[in-house]
Amino acid sequence: MSDPNPLAGTPRRTRDQVADLHFMDARYKLLDLAAFLDRLEKATGPEDHRVRGLRAALPILLKADGDRVAQILHLWSDPSVAPIEKADTKAASGVWPGLK
Amino acid sequence: MRYIEPHGHMVSRTTDDYQAMALAGCAAICEPAFWAGFDRKTADGFYDYFCQLTQHEPKRAAKYGLPHYCWLCINPKESEDMKLADDVLALIPGFLQAKTVLGIGEIGLNKNTRNEVRILEKHIELAVKHDQLILVHTPHLEDKRKGTRLIMDVLKAAGKVKPERVIIDHVEEHTIGEVLDQGFWAGITLYPESKATPVRAVDMLENFASQRVWLNSACDWGHSDPLAVPKAMQEMRRRGHSAAAIDSLVYGNPVRFLSQSKNFKDPQALR
Repeated sequence: MSDPNPLAGTPRRTRDQVADLHFMDARYKLLDLAAFLDRLEKATGPEDHRVRGLRAALPILLKADGDRVAQILHLWSDPSVAPIEKADTKAASGVWPGLK
Repeated sequence: MRYIEPHGHMVSRTTDDYQAMALAGCAAICEPAFWAGFDRKTADGFYDYFCQLTQHEPKRAAKYGLPHYCWLCINPKESEDMKLADDVLALIPGFLQAKTVLGIGEIGLNKNTRNEVRILEKHIELAVKHDQLILVHTPHLEDKRKGTRLIMDVLKAAGKVKPERVIIDHVEEHTIGEVLDQGFWAGITLYPESKATPVRAVDMLENFASQRVWLNSACDWGHSDPLAVPKAMQEMRRRGHSAAAIDSLVYGNPVRFLSQSKNFKDPQALR
């Protein structure tokens, strides 16, 4: 029988170690997001539902929970449960259009 | 280090990619049938595609020492045309005799429509009738959670499907727990933007019991990376995970799932 969780045996990392590995990656992504929001501000027209979803997710980043990614993905998900009759597109947009 | 690429759309890739994967330690490639980026109009088009998957692509891979396997189906993106889907489903049994076919896949849902569900049910019936493994595609982005739950309901309603013979692919942080809890295998697809990155995938592997999980690149004609699995392995090494643990995930796990098909041969046993 193989190990049910092969990666569970690794010693816990310190916050410094995690920052050493991943801070620069997170830093540039945060700056890219800030630049995107600045770019949107200079554009015209009503707010896109995808951007509305993105703004709605930002407070989750500041929560102390350990499952921020899952919370954001749940927020952006279609909450309905039944199959739809017919789709008008093959594509997904990234955020459920009905999100308020 | 060695690894298996359990989900790569190699018909979309150049031979340079085969070479790069072989150099990176790839020991075998498995290719599910999928959407070509446009809707095919005839069953003849699928016949040719299935010939490509079962005859031509294994020869191309063999030039780089790579065993090549495939899965057969009509992708959910082309399931809205029920007549075409039925015609394609009728072709599949004739190809199941090929020595490199692993099962039915990648079946599933795209926009979670009634027709997609009906064709999914027919694929599952076909798999059960011919005792084939099942590889499931889950929908993209905002449609994924709903689609994943619908797919698991359909699989359970079929009555004769053994969860341990089904891999539900493209899981993310909000679906992986439910898939594993219901006894299925889970696939984490590594895409630069639209699914999981290697870093997020390793986070998931650290947070969930990963005995029934595989990693794949799903490299296709879109924005994707045929070396995504070795990049995830590098991320595991950076975090201090042992060579044995990494091998167990990227080689041992896919070999254990795929060996349920009589056609799959552990690459190590072929050497």
